[in-house]
Amino acid sequence: MKTENQKAWFFVLPVLLLVAFNALVPIMTVVNYSVQETFGNNVFFWQGLDWFEQILRSDRFQAALGRQFLFTFLILIIEIPLGIIIALSMPKKGMWVPVCLVLMALPMLIPWNVVGAMWNIFTLPKIGLLGYFMNDVLGVNYDMTQDPLAAWITIIVMDVWHWTSLVVLLSYAGLVSIPDAYYQAAKIDGASPWKVFRYIQLPKMKTVLTIAILLRFMDSFNIYTEPFVLTGGGPGNSTTLLSIDLVKIALGQFDLGPAAAMSLIYFAITLLVSWLFYTLMTKDDAK
Amino acid sequence: MTIELKSAVKTIRGITHIKPTSLVLETGHFNVLLGQTGSGKTSLIKLMAGLDPLASGEVWMDGRDVSKLSTQKRNISLVHQFFVNYPQMTVFDNIASPLRVAGMAKSEIQGRVEEAADILQLRPMLNRRPQELSGGQQQRCALARAIAKESRAVFLDEPLANLDYKLREELREQLPELFAGRGAVVVYATSEPEEALLLGGRTALMDDGVVTQFGPTAEIYRKPESLTAARVFSDPPINAARMSKTGTTATLDTGASWTVSGPTADLPDGAYTLAIRPHHVTPVPAGTDYVKLSGEVLVTELSGSESSAHFELGSEGWVSLAHGVHPYEVGEAHDFYMDASQAFYFSEDGRLVA
Repeated sequence: MKTENQKAWFFVLPVLLLVAFNALVPIMTVVNYSVQETFGNNVFFWQGLDWFEQILRSDRFQAALGRQFLFTFLILIIEIPLGIIIALSMPKKGMWVPVCLVLMALPMLIPWNVVGAMWNIFTLPKIGLLGYFMNDVLGVNYDMTQDPLAAWITIIVMDVWHWTSLVVLLSYAGLVSIPDAYYQAAKIDGASPWKVFRYIQLPKMKTVLTIAILLRFMDSFNIYTEPFVLTGGGPGNSTTLLSIDLVKIALGQFDLGPAAAMSLIYFAITLLVSWLFYTLMTKDDAK
Repeated sequence: MTIELKSAVKTIRGITHIKPTSLVLETGHFNVLLGQTGSGKTSLIKLMAGLDPLASGEVWMDGRDVSKLSTQKRNISLVHQFFVNYPQMTVFDNIASPLRVAGMAKSEIQGRVEEAADILQLRPMLNRRPQELSGGQQQRCALARAIAKESRAVFLDEPLANLDYKLREELREQLPELFAGRGAVVVYATSEPEEALLLGGRTALMDDGVVTQFGPTAEIYRKPESLTAARVFSDPPINAARMSKTGTTATLDTGASWTVSGPTADLPDGAYTLAIRPHHVTPVPAGTDYVKLSGEVLVTELSGSESSAHFELGSEGWVSLAHGVHPYEVGEAHDFYMDASQAFYFSEDGRLVA
């Protein structure tokens, strides 16, 4: 028997409203700005895809995008292996487990702007502990406010300090869920530690690692607060990542059209790369 | 091929898991470790496998002390209750993995893996991953790895516990055949008395971290040396009651009495514990010398062609197991008849006396 009525729509209505306020309305507003020019007073002129073209062709955007990819690449290449190594070396049972877990979770509990401010004060030459130590004790010329390389090293180290814990905790959760029986089987076969890692630990961590890589990609690709507070995008434009540049255009120059177009391109890139990661990493399971 | 334990002891963080145990396990038949959960079967296996260190004592294999030898060098196989296979490898690679680690030639690996796969009917699944197999097939894969390795000792730690009923019966029938003539010492841990009886060979009864009795399975079933051994090797649990003997008259604490004969009659007068298997306690007397007992029926169960009744005899819970369907009323008193000639008599300290 078939009942035909439209009641089912009412059941999806709450989530529809939520998603609308959450995502659809803000995105459509941005889409609206991205194809028009405005001079205030709610007067709009149709621009078509001009802003998109302008952004994609601009050296400034391409440079910021390059910096963004470099930043995210470095973050992933450092934090994922480092997180796995730390997780592997953490105790699996005993009284040190809670201690380690709390220590690991601590950096993640600190608000992002506080992290930026902390590292700013920490690394300032003369004033900061690290800045003083590097320059006046070790005699290394280290000034992240003047030297682009020093600024880059500082934002990378800051992010590694702040977010490696996430990879550690996720990997650790994957590791402790492996039954002892697997390690015994490896011991009986006489498998080397590398083989245990390659054929037991890594496959068993795969699901959580997929999540860890996705989260770290998205967070690092969209990062704003910490480097903004630490370097403000400087010295010069050397640490102006995409989001910092975007805010400069939108709120600094108040170019709403180009900023909106840039937001959408930014969003599309994040989405595309996340999708690529996800598809590649879960490809084996679907087989 | 033999495995010999010489007063082996295992302690973890001050807790004794295996009390001094001496045992000689030989090839040619199944060596069953029978005991309840937590009785130390897995602990004993891990000791023999070298997965856990000995606190004291020695483990010998083929007349050689292997106590200090690593697990890998002992050349053993272990099949777990869980289906343990390498998830990223195909069935072929899983079976081949110990051979590859041992550095065997490719052609020989191919031959051995295919032979093991044929025995366990895994030929069509060789290129699949373990998670694409059913539970029974996954366990076959683990067994195939043990067979292909041709190790000196194979430890099967409740390998059928996680399989469904039908697969369990099927695989249990095949097991003795799989390992026959391979020369390995086969140790099989189980908590089910029925499995021990079916797999035959020799049985070591385990209780509280110690082997209480070891010998040919049927012999142990017929002559449990102690009350604990009798309890371990009985399912449903063996019935027990306190009893006193004067002259040729035996009297239960509940008042039932009968005349004893044979070796039982020669026992000195005094207090004993009587133990009798549930199928010697029936609702209908099969002979004139059956002893009448009576108690309140607590639970009844019907399994296949047998019916069992749990009833209260004095302060003890007793079970009767009889062929056919018997009408019991739960909560009502019912008469049961015990074949006293089949009873075991244990002294006050739990040793078998008659």
